[in-house]
Amino acid sequence: MSVYLDNAATTKPCPEAVEALMKAVTENFGNPSSLHRAGLNAQLAVDRARKIIAGSIGADVGEIYFTSGATESNNLALRGTMGAYGKRKNKIIISAVEHASIEETVTALEKQGFEAVRISPRTDGKFYVEDFINACDEKTCIVSIMLVNNETGHILPVKDIFMAVKKRFPEIITHCDCVQGYMKIPVRVKSLNADMISLSGHKIHAIKGVGALYIRKGVRVVPIVTGGYQEKGIRSGTESVPLISAFGSAVEKYSSTINERYEKVTGLKKYLLEKLSKIDGISINSPENASPYVVNISAGKRSEIMLHFMEQREIYISSGSACSKGQKSGVLEQFGITGKNADSALRISMTADTTTEELDFFVETLREGMEKIRN
Amino acid sequence: MKEIVLVKYGEMVLKGLNKKSFEDMLTKNIKRRLKSLGHFKITSAQSTTYITPLDEDIDLDEVTSRVGKIFGIASLCRACVCEKDFSDITAKSLEYLNDVLSGAKTFKVNAKRSDKAFHMKSPEICAELGGILLEKFPNLTVDVKNPEVTVTVEIRDTNAYVHAENIKGAGGLPVGSSGKAMLLLSGGIDSPVAGYMMAKRGVHISAIHYVSPPYTSDRALMKVEQLCEKLTDYCGGIAFFCVPFTEIQEAIKDNCPEEYFTVIMRRIMMEIAQRICEKEKCLALITGESVGQVASQTMSAIACTDAVCRIPVFRPLVGMDKTEIIDIARKIDTFETSVLPYEDCCTVFTPRHPKVKPLLADVEKAQNNFDFEPLIQKAVENTELKTFNYTE
Repeated sequence: MSVYLDNAATTKPCPEAVEALMKAVTENFGNPSSLHRAGLNAQLAVDRARKIIAGSIGADVGEIYFTSGATESNNLALRGTMGAYGKRKNKIIISAVEHASIEETVTALEKQGFEAVRISPRTDGKFYVEDFINACDEKTCIVSIMLVNNETGHILPVKDIFMAVKKRFPEIITHCDCVQGYMKIPVRVKSLNADMISLSGHKIHAIKGVGALYIRKGVRVVPIVTGGYQEKGIRSGTESVPLISAFGSAVEKYSSTINERYEKVTGLKKYLLEKLSKIDGISINSPENASPYVVNISAGKRSEIMLHFMEQREIYISSGSACSKGQKSGVLEQFGITGKNADSALRISMTADTTTEELDFFVETLREGMEKIRN
Repeated sequence: MKEIVLVKYGEMVLKGLNKKSFEDMLTKNIKRRLKSLGHFKITSAQSTTYITPLDEDIDLDEVTSRVGKIFGIASLCRACVCEKDFSDITAKSLEYLNDVLSGAKTFKVNAKRSDKAFHMKSPEICAELGGILLEKFPNLTVDVKNPEVTVTVEIRDTNAYVHAENIKGAGGLPVGSSGKAMLLLSGGIDSPVAGYMMAKRGVHISAIHYVSPPYTSDRALMKVEQLCEKLTDYCGGIAFFCVPFTEIQEAIKDNCPEEYFTVIMRRIMMEIAQRICEKEKCLALITGESVGQVASQTMSAIACTDAVCRIPVFRPLVGMDKTEIIDIARKIDTFETSVLPYEDCCTVFTPRHPKVKPLLADVEKAQNNFDFEPLIQKAVENTELKTFNYTE
């Protein structure tokens, strides 16, 4: 039995996405920019996906821009905004637990002379609205916070922070990396108070290589990729019709079941935690109110060794974030998970299709690993 | 805590014995517009419509955004329903307005007591509630002239209502209360704005568009259909008539002097439009013309066009500058679609030097070079109808 429990890293494409992909690859292969009907049909496929995705977050069709993935979306959000407004306002505020595509981009922008502030959770592991507000000032251009942390599943109080920011500083642009939250918890642009939102295709059972950035009408962004004026000039380059179509089809499939899947995965998490509570030496790093899709635990054995032990039995999990390939990201430390617990942290990330049998097998293998692996 | 949306009428409050029919039309329009959002109870009393959500998770932001585009409404607001009891009003105000008041610096309280039997008079309500809010929110001071937040308490027949926002409505008269008219929709910036403006006066809009493939493309037609869809936010459902126009344009090109091309084309467009109006019971034509904007919109050219018209032609943009028109196009979100660069039928075969001041006699003579009647009949027969409803 092969058990895939690394869905925060990537997900298996759903049949609907694959079908849309194949259709675009084999039949609808025109260039959306071509004036003839083959081009028009390709454009219609892109328009369709755009409409579905816009609808799924309560945005206007004209506010969705397709990119090559959430890393590009995050880059475009930060670099594009600083490019447009950075001369007057040079400060960026982010949380200290952002994904590398935010963290590293901000580091690069710092090297260009922009100022960055990283807000950490307090000792209780929680983020406080006032910590962000106190960092904001007239020079602040953008506040960027992720909705759900990819390593621990923490749900950040983005809505409250953005509401407070907008109330005090309506000019500040708010950006939310929703990659781990999209299609798992309801994401609405209005209630989130977000001017920009990054989305990824392959985390929601579409294909790797496509993402989107929501940019609220009226917010200016300087493109980081220039060329043939696709995506209204915000992101040039021939649209990947197959990937975009697949993205749209996956969203179409999953957007109506967000709540019921959330409940189901909450049940799975509860089941998993109950099983784990019967094993000595395991600590749970994800807070109770975290997204149930991600469960971060420490089992006392070095993460990488446990991961390979599991892999020998065809169980696929992750140590911390998949993007950091074994490198420590520092995010766990921010949440107060240090020393041995950080070194032995494992991330189990589920979908609504995960079964209790799979979790049983995982728990059994974990118990075995804890016995057999020598430190 | 129960939250509802209060809708205050626009100029229809001035209507005398007809007021009820306007009110019914407005209620009907609101019902249709909100249908896809869930179940609502919609009632009217004292020149106000009450929209009460009956389902749990209704997005009231979306409700106000949609209702804000319905004509016939002067203003609207989300409000909290209270008992007609001052302690309940106070308790609900503190809870309901907590977010907005804790972020503000200045405020005032405004009271409206349409139920004169209520034991406190308006100034008393203002003073009492104002005092309590001042005490609870140390960040606040009173500013009666220019407050950041105006807390309004309305004492009405069955309940009291508290709110702190006042959204400007779309104004005008309820769509449908003035009858039906046919909009000539080209795909440019002006015609959607003209449609919007007439809908604001209560006119139910149908639209007509002329296509000339291969001179015009599928994309050009789709662009116009998109404009129709956008207009439905304001105009409600739109019957869209698409007229095949290639043969007529080629016939004008082949048989009439070049400098009269546009004016003859417009006369034929008007003729076709009013024949469809007769079938569809539309009482007038609407165009986006503005005097002097282009050669076909000089007074002489308009006179030549109007000579074929048997029903009134409304030109709501006639005295407006392009910049003013663009401002409205942006407001109603048609501008970006309108400027998509696809050739429409109006720019096909445009003469290099059109007659700026054509004389009717010359135009008629030029048009009489060829018998257009069979082609006009054929175009009317082959006109396709498509219906657009509210975008969801």
